[in-house]
Amino acid sequence: MKKTSDADYAIRVSNLTKKFGSFVAVDNISFSVEKGKIFAFLGPNGAGKTTTIKMLTTLLNPTSGVMSVNGFDPVRNEGDTRKSFGIVFQDPSLDDELTAYENLEFHGVLYRVPKKILKKKIDELLKFIELWDRRNDLVKHFSGGMKRRLEIARGLIHEPQILFLDEPTLGLDPQTRNHIWGYIKNLNSRKKITVFFTTHYMEEADRIAENIAVIDHGKIVATGSPSELKKRTRKKSLEDAFLKLTGRRIREEEATGADRMRMGRRVWHR
Amino acid sequence: MSTVIYILWLRQLKRYFRSKSRIIGSLGQPLLFLLALGYGFGPIFEKAGQGSYIQFLAPGIVAMSIIFTSLFSGIEIIWDKQFGFLKETLVAPVSRLSIMIGRTLGGATVGTMQGVIVLLISFIVGFRPISWILIIPAVLIMAIIALLFTALGTAIASRLEDMQGFQLIMNFLVMPLFFLSGALFPLKQMPATLLFVAKMDPLSYGVDALHYFLTGQGALGIHYDFLVLVVVTGTLLFIGSYLFSKIEI
Repeated sequence: MKKTSDADYAIRVSNLTKKFGSFVAVDNISFSVEKGKIFAFLGPNGAGKTTTIKMLTTLLNPTSGVMSVNGFDPVRNEGDTRKSFGIVFQDPSLDDELTAYENLEFHGVLYRVPKKILKKKIDELLKFIELWDRRNDLVKHFSGGMKRRLEIARGLIHEPQILFLDEPTLGLDPQTRNHIWGYIKNLNSRKKITVFFTTHYMEEADRIAENIAVIDHGKIVATGSPSELKKRTRKKSLEDAFLKLTGRRIREEEATGADRMRMGRRVWHR
Repeated sequence: MSTVIYILWLRQLKRYFRSKSRIIGSLGQPLLFLLALGYGFGPIFEKAGQGSYIQFLAPGIVAMSIIFTSLFSGIEIIWDKQFGFLKETLVAPVSRLSIMIGRTLGGATVGTMQGVIVLLISFIVGFRPISWILIIPAVLIMAIIALLFTALGTAIASRLEDMQGFQLIMNFLVMPLFFLSGALFPLKQMPATLLFVAKMDPLSYGVDALHYFLTGQGALGIHYDFLVLVVVTGTLLFIGSYLFSKIEI
């Protein structure tokens, strides 16, 4: 194995803990992600994946522990950390009443991308995700897959070094999922962007990820490449390896306000 | 900071102009009030020696449309919170204060425009201002009312988790604020208790200031109106910014 120094890591986390009252969502975890790699963060519902992403992306302060994202401390140096990553959230976060172009433009202004560069960048990205023809359409007329592609493009406008993707292919058909992973792999190999993603589709993680960390009940239960994890658990598929590592019990999660609202909106719009 | 505020302001305006149903809906109600109440109560009001009711009513209806629109603009944060767009702005390398300022100015602009449109409608229905030039300070008052209620909406929305509480706010906050503000009846001959309650209602001062500039019939004193409006708006902006800065997603 070659030796790695601090500068080779996009993300370093040590002894990270997050408590909500007496509930320990993330329990003293440590892991690191090498620069330019595709890293999968896997775990059942409620395992602590989203909480960890929120801490890495400055949306939540940890109870204790140390993090480094692109060399910046998300707690002490919020601004620089934020400029250095792009994120696609688990739930869509586009403005439906704006056009595809306007959504990207809005993002560029928030991230202070100079005007001249911004226009070029938006054009380039819209072509890359194959939504150039739809650039002036309102996002509310887009399908789930188109919205996801647009969100990925948006996350890239300020040229981040890391792209966080929280379940980017949730609820999409296999064709669209393939397409989206195609873009992401392409980005990773062409622009050397580090990709940090979560997913429930184990065959995707197996195919795409170079390294994996499995989290359960707030603790990291295994790390390694997909083949290492399969070897260690003596299973043929990553799905079986995952089930062996995290057990077969179904995790129940309480509905949050967001879930209730989403249900409500579904009823309203049909 | 200024371009960030501008783009947030612009977004509020775009959203307003693009939701045609919202514009039509929010103009229908004031029109109904003007026609039904204006012409319904008109003869009684006149017999009681108070002059034309439309003249009295129009400024109050203008105020009503402003508080509905601007409060809703503030409340829209809940929507953005639940449907993700707020995350996009909160994870960006910009201060929460500039986000709050941009949104609030956008909401207040929309509210003011709504007020101006309703004022134009009231001209069609028969309202005549005492002086055309005094419409300028009247629009300034409208802008302050809009700012006040957008800030209030922001403060409330920062604390609410979902839209379930929205109906509660409409029934127990917006409606009382409107009905007790002297928008529908003159404050002058009110019973002492009701007058006391009306004086607790910040909208009363907005409506009174609009009466002063549009009809020349202020009851509480224009300097006092202005002072109360500015102090209450400043306080609510402060509270709103504080609560907005505490949002966790």
